[in-house]
Parts: sequence; C-alpha cells; structure tokens
Amino acid sequence: MSKLLSVRDLRVGFGAAAATTPVVHGISFDIMPGETLAIVGESGSGKSVTALSINRLVDFGGGRIVGGSIGLTRPDGSVLELAQADERALLGVRGREIGMIFQEPMTSLNPVHTIGDQIAEAFMLNRDMDEQAARRAAREALERVRIPDAAQRLRYYPHQLSGGMRQRVMIAMALAGNPRLLIADEPTTALDVTVQAQIMALLAELKAELGMAMIFITHDIGLVAGIADSIIVMQDGIAVEQGRLDDVLDAPSHDYTRHLLNAVPHFTGGRAVPDRPARQTPDRPVVSVSDLAVRFPVGRRLFARPAGAIHAVEGVDFELMAGQTLAIVGESGSGKSTTARAILGLVEPARGRVVTAPGRDGRPVQMVFQDPFASLNPRLDVEGLLAEPAIAAGQRVDTDLRKRMTSLLDRVGLPADSLDRYPHQFSGGQRQRLCIARALMLNPDVVVLDEAVSALDVSVQARVLDLLLDLQREFDLAYLFISHDMAVVERIAHRVAVMYAGQIVEIGAAAAVLSQPRHSYTRNLIAAVPGIERRRQRYDLDTTPVPSLVRPLGYEPPAARWREAGADHLYRQESS
Amino acid sequence: MRIFKALAAHRTGRVGAAIIAIYLLLALCGLLGLTPHDPLQQFRIDRLSPPDTTYWMGTDLIGRDTASRLMVGIGQSFLIAFGSVGLASLFGTLIGLLAGWWGGWLDGLLMRVMDVLLAFPAILLALLIIAIVGPGTGTSVAAIAIVYTPIFARVVRGPTLSLKRRDFVDAARTFGSSQRYILSRHLLLNLVAPLTVQVTLALAWALLTEAGLSFLGLGTQPPAPSLGLMMSEARNLMQQAPWLLIFPGLTVMFGILGFNLLGDALRDIIDPRTRRRAA
Amino acid sequence: MNYLGRRLLTFPLILLGVSLLVFVSIRMIPGDAITAMLGTEAGLLTPVQRQSLAVYFGIDQPVPVQYVRWLGGLFQGDLGISVTYGKPVLEIVLQRFPLTLELALLAMLIALSAGIPAGVFAATHSERPADIGLRLLAMLGQSTPGFVVGLLIIFVLSVYFGYIPAMGSFTPLWVDPLANLTQLIFPAITLGFAFAASVTRITRSSMLDVLSDDYVRTARAKGVPARRVIWHHALPNALIPVVTLSGVEFGYLLGGAVIIEQIFALPGLGRLTLDAIGQRDYALVQGCVLFIAFNFLVVNLLVDLAYAALDPRIRLGAR
Repeated sequence: MSKLLSVRDLRVGFGAAAATTPVVHGISFDIMPGETLAIVGESGSGKSVTALSINRLVDFGGGRIVGGSIGLTRPDGSVLELAQADERALLGVRGREIGMIFQEPMTSLNPVHTIGDQIAEAFMLNRDMDEQAARRAAREALERVRIPDAAQRLRYYPHQLSGGMRQRVMIAMALAGNPRLLIADEPTTALDVTVQAQIMALLAELKAELGMAMIFITHDIGLVAGIADSIIVMQDGIAVEQGRLDDVLDAPSHDYTRHLLNAVPHFTGGRAVPDRPARQTPDRPVVSVSDLAVRFPVGRRLFARPAGAIHAVEGVDFELMAGQTLAIVGESGSGKSTTARAILGLVEPARGRVVTAPGRDGRPVQMVFQDPFASLNPRLDVEGLLAEPAIAAGQRVDTDLRKRMTSLLDRVGLPADSLDRYPHQFSGGQRQRLCIARALMLNPDVVVLDEAVSALDVSVQARVLDLLLDLQREFDLAYLFISHDMAVVERIAHRVAVMYAGQIVEIGAAAAVLSQPRHSYTRNLIAAVPGIERRRQRYDLDTTPVPSLVRPLGYEPPAARWREAGADHLYRQESS
Repeated sequence: MRIFKALAAHRTGRVGAAIIAIYLLLALCGLLGLTPHDPLQQFRIDRLSPPDTTYWMGTDLIGRDTASRLMVGIGQSFLIAFGSVGLASLFGTLIGLLAGWWGGWLDGLLMRVMDVLLAFPAILLALLIIAIVGPGTGTSVAAIAIVYTPIFARVVRGPTLSLKRRDFVDAARTFGSSQRYILSRHLLLNLVAPLTVQVTLALAWALLTEAGLSFLGLGTQPPAPSLGLMMSEARNLMQQAPWLLIFPGLTVMFGILGFNLLGDALRDIIDPRTRRRAA
Repeated sequence: MNYLGRRLLTFPLILLGVSLLVFVSIRMIPGDAITAMLGTEAGLLTPVQRQSLAVYFGIDQPVPVQYVRWLGGLFQGDLGISVTYGKPVLEIVLQRFPLTLELALLAMLIALSAGIPAGVFAATHSERPADIGLRLLAMLGQSTPGFVVGLLIIFVLSVYFGYIPAMGSFTPLWVDPLANLTQLIFPAITLGFAFAASVTRITRSSMLDVLSDDYVRTARAKGVPARRVIWHHALPNALIPVVTLSGVEFGYLLGGAVIIEQIFALPGLGRLTLDAIGQRDYALVQGCVLFIAFNFLVVNLLVDLAYAALDPRIRLGAR
C-alpha cells in the first residue's frame, strides 16, 4: 500500500522572521491510509502549526512554509505537493481530501448560519450536490454523528447546542466530503471528560467505518493511547521522539517523553492517593458546610418576580479537616465552583451555613483562581499584588512585610527580584505561583484552589502540584481542591466529594471513592478518564444528559438518602 | 515613558504626535501674543493681500493678518477643546463608574439620563445650551462638555462592568479589601488606558464641534479670531481670496487629523488585539 | 426578544425625559417670545393686548401648567402654534422633514455603498498599499469638518466649473426628480464623505477581527472559496458595529445637518430649529427638538431590529 501523506523536513515560520526563526523546524512523517498518527506536545511545541500546515490554513494566520515538502497521494495515484500548491489546488483538497476539526467547538461554527446550512454547504462544495440533495445529506450526516432529532436540529443555530453537540456537528461537516484524512486539533480539550469519551468513541467508530486516516493533535499523552497507531512527541518545533504507539509509551527513548509520561498525572484508579502523613495537631474541622444551597433567579422581568431559579448548589454538606485536602470533582455546571465561591462569600447562599474555624491570624480562608491571567491585576507590580491582602488586613507596607514577600516568593520558586515586575512578565505557571504566594500572605489555615492547575501545561501542572503538596506539609494547610481532572485529584486529595447537578453524590476517603465508586455517576466519570494503560480500548458510555437545574420558584428537592460503603465512604441512593 | 517610546515607534502615531506638538507650540505663541502681527490690527492698505513674505497667509477684507489670526484661533480652539473634554471626561468617568459599580436602580437612572442627552444631535444640544446662556468661550466649553459627558459615561461604564466581574476583583473581595481600594486600584487604574484613547479622540471631536459652532457664529465672538468664524467670513470671498478659506480649512483639518492619528496609535499600543493585527 | 422588549419599555420614558428637558431649557432662554416676534413694535402694545397674545400662544400660565397642557396636546398630535409662522408647529415640521429625510438617506446610501466595500477591501488586503491608501483617505475624511468639505465643493464648482448649486427653495422629489437630485447631490456627498470614512474604518477593523475568528478558519478548512468566505461567512458577522455606527449617524442626520443646510441654503429641519431658537419661537423649538429626538429614538429601535435580523443569538436569546 502506498503512503497517503508524506511530510519531509517541514519548516514553518511566522511574519518577517519566518525563515530565520521557524516555529516548526524539520518535521518528517508518513501516514498510511486508515492509520492514525498522534502528535503530542505542550503549548508552543508547534503541534498545531504542523497540523495547520498540511492543509495550508497556516497561511491565513500569517504563517509561511519555508522549507520541506508535503506530498499528498490523490485517489488517482498522482502526488500533489501541498507545500507549493496554489490556492486553487488547495480548495480542491480542503474538505474533499482533508477534513479538519478544531479545539473550540463554541467558536468554530458560524453563529449567524444554521447548522443545517453549514453542513449542507460542505456537501454542495465537496460532493457537487444541489441544495436539496445537500440538505438530505446533512440530515443523514447528523444522524451518523448520533445527534437525535436530526431533521429538527438542522434548523438550529450553533448557540442553541451544547459543546459536545457542536463538536459532533463539526465532525459531520468535516466528514461531508468523505475525506481520506481527518485532522483533529485538540478536539476534546474544551469538553467535559464524559463528553470527551463520547467524542473519542464516535471518532474511533467513524474512522473504522470510513477507513480514513487521522492526525490527532493533543497535549494529553493519556488520550492517544486509546486511538493512535503511531505517535510523534514534539517540543520547541522539533520531533523529539516518534515511533509506533507501544514502543514510545513502553520504551521511551527521549528524556522529554519520559518526563511527559512521568510528570503528567495519569489516573490509576485510586492507587496514587498519597499516604496521609501523621500530623502534629489533632483533627478538627476548619470549614464546615451544612445544607448549603445557592440559587440564581432566572426569567426576571421588570416589576415581576422571577419565574424560577437555577439550583446551582443544593443541599451540600461536608467538613474540611485541618491539614487535609478535600477535592470536589465534577464536570462543568456541577456546582463545584459555586460551592467554593459561596465559602468565600463571593455568592450569597440561599440556605445553609458555612462555618470557618477562627484562623491562626488574619483571614483563615484564602483562594486561588483558575485563570492566572485574570486573577492578577495587570496594572499592579508584584509588590502591589502581594501587599493587597496585608493592606486589607490593616497592616503597613514596611520592611517586615517586604521581607515576608521575598521569603514567600522564594518559597514558591520565583526569583527574588520579582517584586518590581508586572504580571505580564511572568509565564502562566509563574503567575499561578504568584497567586499562591499571595494567598499565603496572611498565613491562612485553608486555601481554596478553584481549578488552580487546570489552565497550566501538563509538565508545569505537575511541578505546581508538587509545590502545593510541600506547602501543605510546611504550613499545615487545608486545601479545598476544586477540579474536573480525576488524575490530578488522585495525586493530591485525601478525601473526595463528587458533585453532579448541584449535589454531592458520593463522598469519602480518596482511595475508596476512586477505586470502588458506588454511585453510577462516579462510575461513569471514572470510566471516561483516559489513561496510557487503556490502549485501543473502546469507551462505552451512558449518554444521559445532565438534568436541567432550572426549577420553578419555591421548589425544594427531596431529601437525600445516604448509604454507607465503608468507614469513610458515603454515596447517595439512586431512585432505581 | 513606555508609551512615548511606543508612540515614537508607531508609524502614524509619530505623525500625529508631531502635528499636535506643533499645534500646541503655535497655540501657546498665539495665546502669549507671540504672533508675526497683531491679530486684531487692520492693515488698511494691505486689504485682501495674497500670501507674501510680510503676510505669510495673506490678509482679510479689513486687512488683518491671517497667519496671526490662525495662531490665536488655534489657541482659542485648543482652550475650548481641552477644557470641555477635561470636564466631560471627569464627569463622564464619575457617572460611568458609579453606574457600573453599584448597578441596580442607580445605574438605570443615570444611564437613562445619559440616553436622554444622547437623543439630541450634538450640535443641536450645544445650540440649545448656547441659546440659554448666550455665546462665548465659557459657553462653548460647557456646551461641548455636556454633549460629550454621556459618551464618556458609556465608555467608562462598559469596562467597569466587565472589570467588576474579573477574577482579580473577586480575589480582592476574598482578602476583604475596602471598596475604595478596589475602585481606585483595580478599576480606575485599569481604566486609565481606555480613557487616554478616548480623551484623545474626543479632543478631535471637540475641535470639530467648536469649529462648527463658531462657523455658525455661536462660538467665540468677533473680533476675537476663531477658525470657524474665519471660514464663515471667507465664504463670500472665496473667488477673490481663496487663501482666506484654504488656510483655516487646512488648519482645522490637520488639527483634527493629529488627534485622530494620535488616538488611533494609542489604541493600537494599548489594545493588544489591534497590536497583534498591526504586526 | 427580551432585550427588544426592554428597549420598547424605556422608549416612552426617554421621550418623556427629552420633552421635560426641552421644555425646561426653552423656558430658560432669556427674552420673551412676544418681544422677539414683534421686535421694537412690542413696546407699542398695551398690557391688555400683550396679555391676549400671551393667552393665544398659551404662554400666560405658570411653567408646570404649560408643560402639562403641552403634553396633553402631544397625545392629540398637537405641538402648539408657531409664533413666527402663525401655523401649527407639526405642519411646519412635516413640511421641512422630506428634505432632511432625503438628504440623510442619500448620505447614508453614499456612505454604505462606498464604505462597506472599501472597508472589506482594506481588511482583505491588510497592510498592503491599497489598505494603507484607503486608511489614509478614511482618516482624512474623518478629520475634515463637513463645512470645509462643503465649502471646498462649492469653491471647486464655482471657480473651475462656473456652476452654482441651486439654493433656496427646495424642489421635492415627486415634483421634479432631476432638479431635486441636482440640488441635493452635493450636500449629500458632503455629508456622505465623512460618514463613508467612518463606515470604511469600522468595517475594516470589524472585518479584521472576524477574519481571525475560528469559524472563518472552519469555513476555509471545508474548502469554501475566498470570495464566499468573505461575503457569506465573515461579512454578516462583521456588520453589527457598522449597523451601530450607521444608525447613530443616520439618527443625527435626521436631526438636520444644521451647518450643511446653512452652506447650501437648504430649508431643512436643522435650519428651521436654528432659526426658531434665534426667534425665541418656544413652540417651534420644542416641536422641532422633540421631533428630532423622537426620530433618533425610532432609528435606535430600527437598529435593534437590525441586530436581531443579523444575529440569531440576539433574535433567539443567548442560552
């Protein structure tokens, strides 16, 4: 069998410096028909640029191919040199021979056209259909990507669909031309883990059905195990390692690959839960939450009472012990962040109590937010940023305080001369360290970490997690760790609470909950987590949608009935 | 300091800054009386003299030196523009900040009042105010300030609303920072950049409005020179003495162009989205 | 729908605010209407004559009473009687309005048909000579006051072509279309020049934003030809700021282009208002200003409708 795509010594650069400082320098690979190649790397590694170069979309982002060749074998056996092809030839390739799906399903569909029009357009362009035939084909395409009520959904606009649905629409559109190669650029990164599993399952199924080849771009080395035949690991624009999947995963030859495989947390079913070190102080709760409910009114009109409320958090109870980490895991919309915000007083609870034990000094509870770019005021220097909690507590900015700042900066691993620098001069990981230092300024007992490592690159993430573990021991901190990432939770949590649709469905010792999940949602969640051990394994999943959280005014949910599964392991009884 | 360096590196920003610098110099000279001739003196034997070495830009119907009058006129225009934009940005910022930060009924009330003001075409609103108070420099300042206050209020309210929801403001709340601290360090400090751009562009509009008002005879009163008035007087002489029309016209145009170029450049420098686009 | 509903609710509220502001501010203009109308002859009036004139024009009552009566009249389409013209205000305003409306429409037509293609062209040829040239031209257009453009046009026409645009009385479109258009085309170009410059600039920057959006990349990935990417996928998304700008500009033009009407000696709404202020014709000023503000608000509502037509997220409500 001949190669479908053959890339040799590809070099790509941007702007005026394209030739002198390329972003991708010297990538080579071959893809056979029907084969899947995974390109793995962190942000800035050049993996997306490589993908966008193949169908030459990189031209529209200011990029330029400055060297190498990209040979595409056409159905008639001739080879088209994509690196040199003109726009006319490329139009015949894009959509017809090479389909592509992107990372952000929320922004990748045109908001002003119906999804039916957008899919039909692909059929008209790439299969030379007339409008009527294209609409019929669009409906069938929607059915093929398992969208229910396809005929009606054709008339929907993108904003009326969920992220997972939109990604299915993208897939339907990319496959309209029956391409022999599909490029998937981080197609599941923006999605919840259970939705990710569904999309991965769908991709695997369609690939088998259509016999097309795929290039799968991802930052998550765990994800490729399930789908790829071969793999390229990229760093700083070069391929540091490439080979068959099993060879690379089982016998990595390059340091960076080993580093990725080690550093990146991968889920092991509860086996990585830390052994709890003995603590000097006796166990006492530092935060007790009882029957917490947070509701947001909806349908409010002028001079009228709201029609109902989003029950974002409903009847949440838990205790956070001194020096311990309680992780709250859940997917988007589960109410985990709202719970955190309620504890900090950033949202007003509708019911319930949050009791915090009086701290060692100052404010006992501090918070670190998800996005280190948004949680630091860009116009303040580091000294101003770190001084804020102290000023709020009525302290003066003097030599003592500055000494504390420098020692904390040093402790979180930032250079000592950082004080007069501004946030934009730091990388994402450094900024998050800065946020951690700021949270520690007042010597708190509890730090709420709201997806605090989620926005970071995988290897940076591992180092920040290590820092958090060290700081916990050193300062005897309790963490409330909000996350959607089971692998990260497994590394850091002593106890885990699983939230679903605003409620805790399972709570207990981390090892027990992660290795013997009892509630069906927890099981689903854990089954959806990819891992390097799960090679070419099919994800088979329950696809029940999350119930609506909007309730009529005055609605009270039925009381929870809890069942015990162990010494420290409770789960909510399900109604048959 | 960074901003000056960036401006010097900006292709059109440099031009805008240079124009404004020259105008400021001319305005200063004009206001201090450092003009080639007395702008009010009538050189009767040299009436309607075309531009020559004595009268660089010619003279008008009663023999006054155009160049000198233009310099004083620029000074007058700039005084009114800076005065009115200063007032408008002060009050507009205050109103926008209050409305955006406290929200609720106060927001509704303030912004509806702003809507009422915005429902009048700018020139018309200015005319009404001038009709009430009578024309003059102070009136022009007040009228233009009132016209542009709602625009500043809107310009400030939008970012205030989005800044208020930013994580760093939430973070400040978790530290227990005072409202005053949050407003001054987290909001106002971040509003300086968009306000600078807006002030520069507003100066261009203010020049335009001032010229329009004095063209209608409702701004600076004769015999004091003003750019709009000079053009209005030149209307009936355009066949015999086109310089009387062309020089004030170009002067107004380049002044506005200078502020527009400067404002655009500042926006490029401050807004990373447009900066990326320029790269 | 919710958004539009809210706008509809605040509409009468703002109109009420406008009417109050107009009414009160007119009363603050120094000098009284009768003196302004009769000039020096006013001194010859006996107090009784003066009083009966005041009663006739409804200016004998305290200001709050006058306001309430005026408001009451408004609901019956009665804007009062002009002191200067001795005719109902509404009649005078409606007589002047066609010219202003036509001028505004022509100016907008010129601005949109020149500005949108120019903006799209500049955006798709970003940083090339054509783009830089267009930007410079647009910047100049935006920086040149309307009266400078108008005077230059008249100057060029009269000096080099010996042609002077018809001034004075206005020929309606339905009476003599050719005469009407020759009369209005130069003022329309004058107004359209700066307007087109703004449209070009905003179209360009909005298109540049949209062209780097993800869905444009999606369209290209599925093989959509460049021309269709620009006009079918990008432009509809880029039009919202253009509509906003055009709405505001058009709304203000409907208030009469005071200065341009003055230069071209056109009897439009702007000059009517200017003259009415000069003549202390309370009822007429009130009527004009209220009518202008009303038009502005109506245009704003139309702009909101245009948003809804352009963007299904506004039409159907974002989730």
